[in-house]
Amino acid sequence: METTIQSEQLIQLYSDVYNNNQPIFRLQNTDWLNSLRIQSLADFKKLGLPTKKSERYKYSNLDPFLAKPYSFMLTPSNIDLDTNEVFKCDVPELGTHNVLLLNGFFYHKNSINGELPGGIWIGSLKKAINEKPELVEKYLNKIATNDDGLIALNSALFQDGLFVYIPKGKTLDKPLQVINILLSEADLFVTQRNLVVLEDNAHANLVFCDHTLTSKNYFTNSLTEMFVGEGSNLDFNNLQNEHDEAGRVSSIFVHQGCSSSVNSSTITLHSGLVRNNIKIKLDGEGAENNTTGLFLTDKTQHVDNYVFVEHAKPHCTSNQMFKGVLDDQSTGAFNGRILVDRDAQKTAAYQKNSNLLLTSDAKMNTRPQLEIYADDVKCSHGATVGQLDQEALFYMQARGIGKKEARLLLMYAFAHEIIQNIKIENLRFRIDEMVNKRLRGELSRCHNCAIHCN
Amino acid sequence: MLQIKNLHAKIGDKEILKGINLEVKAGEIHAIMGPNGSGKSTLAGVLTGREFIEVTQGEIIYEGKNLLELSPEERAREGVFLSFQYPVEIPGVSMVNFMKTAVNEMRKHKGLPAMPAGDFLKLMREKQQFVEMEGKLTGRSVNEGFSGGEKKKNEIFQMAMLNPKLSILDETDSGLDIDALRIVATGVNKLKTAENATVVITHYQRLLDYIVPDIIHVLYDGRIVKTAGKELALELEEKGYDWIKKESAEL
Repeated sequence: METTIQSEQLIQLYSDVYNNNQPIFRLQNTDWLNSLRIQSLADFKKLGLPTKKSERYKYSNLDPFLAKPYSFMLTPSNIDLDTNEVFKCDVPELGTHNVLLLNGFFYHKNSINGELPGGIWIGSLKKAINEKPELVEKYLNKIATNDDGLIALNSALFQDGLFVYIPKGKTLDKPLQVINILLSEADLFVTQRNLVVLEDNAHANLVFCDHTLTSKNYFTNSLTEMFVGEGSNLDFNNLQNEHDEAGRVSSIFVHQGCSSSVNSSTITLHSGLVRNNIKIKLDGEGAENNTTGLFLTDKTQHVDNYVFVEHAKPHCTSNQMFKGVLDDQSTGAFNGRILVDRDAQKTAAYQKNSNLLLTSDAKMNTRPQLEIYADDVKCSHGATVGQLDQEALFYMQARGIGKKEARLLLMYAFAHEIIQNIKIENLRFRIDEMVNKRLRGELSRCHNCAIHCN
Repeated sequence: MLQIKNLHAKIGDKEILKGINLEVKAGEIHAIMGPNGSGKSTLAGVLTGREFIEVTQGEIIYEGKNLLELSPEERAREGVFLSFQYPVEIPGVSMVNFMKTAVNEMRKHKGLPAMPAGDFLKLMREKQQFVEMEGKLTGRSVNEGFSGGEKKKNEIFQMAMLNPKLSILDETDSGLDIDALRIVATGVNKLKTAENATVVITHYQRLLDYIVPDIIHVLYDGRIVKTAGKELALELEEKGYDWIKKESAEL
């Protein structure tokens, strides 16, 4: 029988993870990190866990996913995985650097873990804290803000994650594919912390893939900070493909310098519950940001994208485009906030959210929030929630295309507008194919993982 | 090929077609003319399976089959083609993918395997020449951003691709300049054989200068009130529809 746990008990339970394992959390020579954890734990106790009563989580009920009796993993699992098999199964011939993270820990058998030519560093965050403490200290938790209990909890409890460092003027020669795998014999609460630093005029392309490999209950509290220096360029694609009993809150903070550009897409193919917090600060003149997302839900799945773009400096451009296709009784939410600071003249900020409801039971909440304190800006926003175009359906039927196929073509066309922004060609083809399969119901709809390629 | 017997149809509570009788044989071109609101487009809608039109009486036999029992896609696969008065824009669905799906669904219906990609692209190129649209369709979404003329040419292109038995051209001349009209009409004429038939629905006589019908019917108030040879078009052009209205009122 499933036990449910009350919120106060949960707060105590999570705090005890820290309190009962202090030797693991308190490291020598990292006072800054020790105090960050203590402060964050205090913040977490004050903030508690997000509930529907809080304005920011109004449309997402995390309770059923949080209130499960999870185990916590403070050291890496002792599992031997054939990385060749895992990568073969996923995105083939991508021509990428590949790294695997297992239950939030950098996998020990990854072929990359540490310094690469040109001073580039890719590897375990835990290792980086040991080997490059000054570098990590300079950036870690500098843009994440403890205004959300789960964010504070992440800072208090994280053990490992990914660290990427691209020094000034360097370019990562191939895209880095990061496969986050959940695999365990017990229900797990996973805390993962990632840090991505691009110094000035640096370039990188990252692909994160989130997967579940066993049918246990999971909750992932992931936090990623991305620093993109002057004139730098970061491409970031996140493919979320977990099973129905997996919940995930993924918070991403992006800080952009002058004339930098960031393009991102967050594609949620399958999951029980996903909340993406994406917070971007355009903090240098001429910075450009394109943040896009697509989700496909069915059954009782729920996906909530919460995007916040702050224009802090003049002459910056931002574009948000999010889409959702909702089937059965699934639900979704989009919140797009644009803040234009008083000095951010000549800002151009755009936002678009479109959603397709395939049944009358599916439900979508969408909310734009514009706060503009500068007077010379171009801003626009638009949101739609609708059904498939009946005229277009009839037009296709009149050409001999069956209704089911016609519906698929229309849904696929709707989704493709987001997918076409993905710059890595093989990844784009692969995601196109996966979305197509997902819409056809050919991706595994069961409790188990969807990437077992049969 | 097509027999319409005592066809009555309504949209909502309003009866639009009030007993249509019409027979079209292979090799013929029929024109259906009539003033606005006479039921021309409703007739086209009934023939192609528009859901919002309810047939209350009568039957339509097409190639020995009860057409009204078939879904819109089944009708298309059996060779019924409608050139839309207002072709629909479908952003994100490429012309190539759209036509490939349509052609292959037709082939599947005939028990044929999917057309190899090379052959298909060759066919696309060949048929675009029919309507002088060489290279203008690839890389574009269905009708998206097309001019009025391009949309109508695209309809005839699709007709050429699908090679239907019975083509219904619903106000194909509306919104066309004289050059586009000539191109569209030439395309239709080239597709004419002794085995297929065409029904041209139009308000004006203009199109019939280019696509010469064997028989002209005048539809008024849901009924065919006059049937004659091609010379009827000129008479209508000269005198308008008022005399027909008067004549039918007297009946």
